[in-house]
Amino acid sequence: MQQTTRRIRGVVAGVVACGAVAAVALIAACGGGRDAEMGAPPPSGRYDIGRAATAAEIAVMDIDVGPDGVELPAGQGTVSQGAKLFGAQCASCHGVQGEGMPPAYPKLVGREPREGFPFGRDPKLEKTIGNYWPYATTLFDYVRRAMPLFTPGSLSDDEVYALTAYLLAQNEVIKADATLDAESLKAVRMPARDRFVPDDRKGGAAVR
Amino acid sequence: MTDDTSLSRRELLTGAAGAIGGALIARVPALDAQGAPKPAAAPGAAPAVPPVVPPAVLPVVPVDPTKVPGLPTSAQGARSPFVTLARTPTGDITGTSYSPLQDLTGTITPSDLHFERHHAGIPLIDPARHTLLIHGLVERPSAFTLDDLKRFPFVTRTHVVECAGNGRAVFRDPKGEKVTPQRAAGMSSNSEWTGVPLRLLFDEVGATPEAAWFLAEGGDASVLTRSVPMSKAFDDALVVYAQNGEPLRPAQGYPIRLLLPGWEGNTSVKWLRRLELGTKPWMTRWETSKYTDPLASGMARQFSFEVDARSIITSPAHPGTVDKGWRNISGLAWSGRGKIRRVEVSTNGGKSWIDALLHPPVLSKAYTRFSIPFAWDGTPALLLSRATDETGYVQPTRERIITVRGAGTDYHLNHIVGWRVAADGRVFFHGDT
Ligand code: HEC
Repeated sequence: MQQTTRRIRGVVAGVVACGAVAAVALIAACGGGRDAEMGAPPPSGRYDIGRAATAAEIAVMDIDVGPDGVELPAGQGTVSQGAKLFGAQCASCHGVQGEGMPPAYPKLVGREPREGFPFGRDPKLEKTIGNYWPYATTLFDYVRRAMPLFTPGSLSDDEVYALTAYLLAQNEVIKADATLDAESLKAVRMPARDRFVPDDRKGGAAVR
Repeated sequence: MTDDTSLSRRELLTGAAGAIGGALIARVPALDAQGAPKPAAAPGAAPAVPPVVPPAVLPVVPVDPTKVPGLPTSAQGARSPFVTLARTPTGDITGTSYSPLQDLTGTITPSDLHFERHHAGIPLIDPARHTLLIHGLVERPSAFTLDDLKRFPFVTRTHVVECAGNGRAVFRDPKGEKVTPQRAAGMSSNSEWTGVPLRLLFDEVGATPEAAWFLAEGGDASVLTRSVPMSKAFDDALVVYAQNGEPLRPAQGYPIRLLLPGWEGNTSVKWLRRLELGTKPWMTRWETSKYTDPLASGMARQFSFEVDARSIITSPAHPGTVDKGWRNISGLAWSGRGKIRRVEVSTNGGKSWIDALLHPPVLSKAYTRFSIPFAWDGTPALLLSRATDETGYVQPTRERIITVRGAGTDYHLNHIVGWRVAADGRVFFHGDT
């Protein structure tokens, strides 16, 4: 009831403040760049729509891991554990050695070409985790959310650490006897880490 | 009894011999000996139940449709059996299907022909159980249902959605001649979208000033994620729930998707379930391993969001033919940076260019239809189109892109393409520009 009253007052306030000006002026005067059909904002700036999200429901969905790895969960896994998991759950599509079956099933392993990052010059080069991915956290995040293709979300955090360790070792990024956990994964530096630049296309006469 | 009615009747009887014809007869009142339609049922009897789905197979075609009543009304319409419009599905859950650009006119892509690119199939989502969660650097972490989102002020905008990989196949293989507009540029489609400006949602939850990027996450089995600068939210980003006047189709994100006008399609996250506000990008697989553009300099361009201006002649085109005499050259142009200012057409492979007519309305970050009248004299011709957008950017040749970015570059491959008209009127793709 209180909410309804506030809403009605909002409408009235909108009319008083902006009603007399022409439509175009109204956008500028009342909306701060708002589109005409959005009308004037409520005086509080909010519509009081939706409900508060609980910490528990956010925690269930908030599984992303960014490049500094601060969101990485507890747990750990070794390269050899990852090798077994890969053989059982991934090799059918990505190949026993992670060689893939392009174009449908991406190649996951390969460090060549080691020098110069020549992907822009040679369209035949295949991008892999070892030769192209700038962050190791991306691998953990992606495998946890999206793989295996037909049973995504089925791997435990320990298993994702183990698979990440295995794929990084196969790509010669970490040692073959390594164990990965949150701290050691954060410390991994990928070969292609410094190969990415922001978009410099801006429109105008220049083709970039 | 006139010849017409007897022919019509014979057609119908011929049809009755087959199972489909039999089904048709059941719906078409039988003609009496005088050719006058009889009532479908005796007065007082229950009327026949009308078909919900008209026949999928070509029905018997009356010689004179004015002498035979047609089909009754139906719950959903269907295209004429004389019209075949189809995407090109690869048939897998990480696959694509392209829009049939050569078969479409105007600028709106029918929703069932919108191109597809999915990463783990099309999810089946019950809207009653779907929420949009907004959290992170906000004062009030919130959850919105579809009904909640519909309570906000809404806007309706016409925008193109284009995959960053559109045109890649013909860029890689410029010599292929048996290529249709659908193959060359059909990973783009244009729709009228309705939804909530994202900035209203961010105001509602109280986005904090430190928020510089947000993560958009889909509720499909790939749980696809993209990082987007906050500036897009305060520019023209939308959370949409309707397309071309109806709820979103499942393949286009039902119940809700993000719509980032002018930006590579992958960022317009479908089946949107979560927005998290933060200070920097998340470096997801889709903005590192994929959708980055390698350059000859030994670097790769990242967060290359805007799609560059592109045009394509959609008629005439392969596998069609051209007859001598007047006809239209017609096509589509668009830019992720605003409106199309100009489309030029050449009929001599780029030796000279003529300004095409831009059919109004010319909308920002949307398809613009162009055309010019063309009289073909029977000599071989090479038809090309070249778009210029309102920033002054001119669509480049393939050679120019390779010079600037390198032969191995990927994504945003918007080079000039066209059609070679052979002396016999057959039309072939020309991508080697
Ligand atoms: C049923 C086939 C299948 C299985 C099993 C499978 N994958 Fe995949 N994987 C795919 C496909 C297809 C893609 C590409 C998805 C896309 O295009 O979005 C992919 C992509 C990937 C990528 C990203 C590659 C890139 O270059 O961007 C990684 C990493 C990956 N899979 C790891 C795994 C791991 C680890 C497993 C086992 C736990 C696994 N996959 C099991 C089919 C499979």
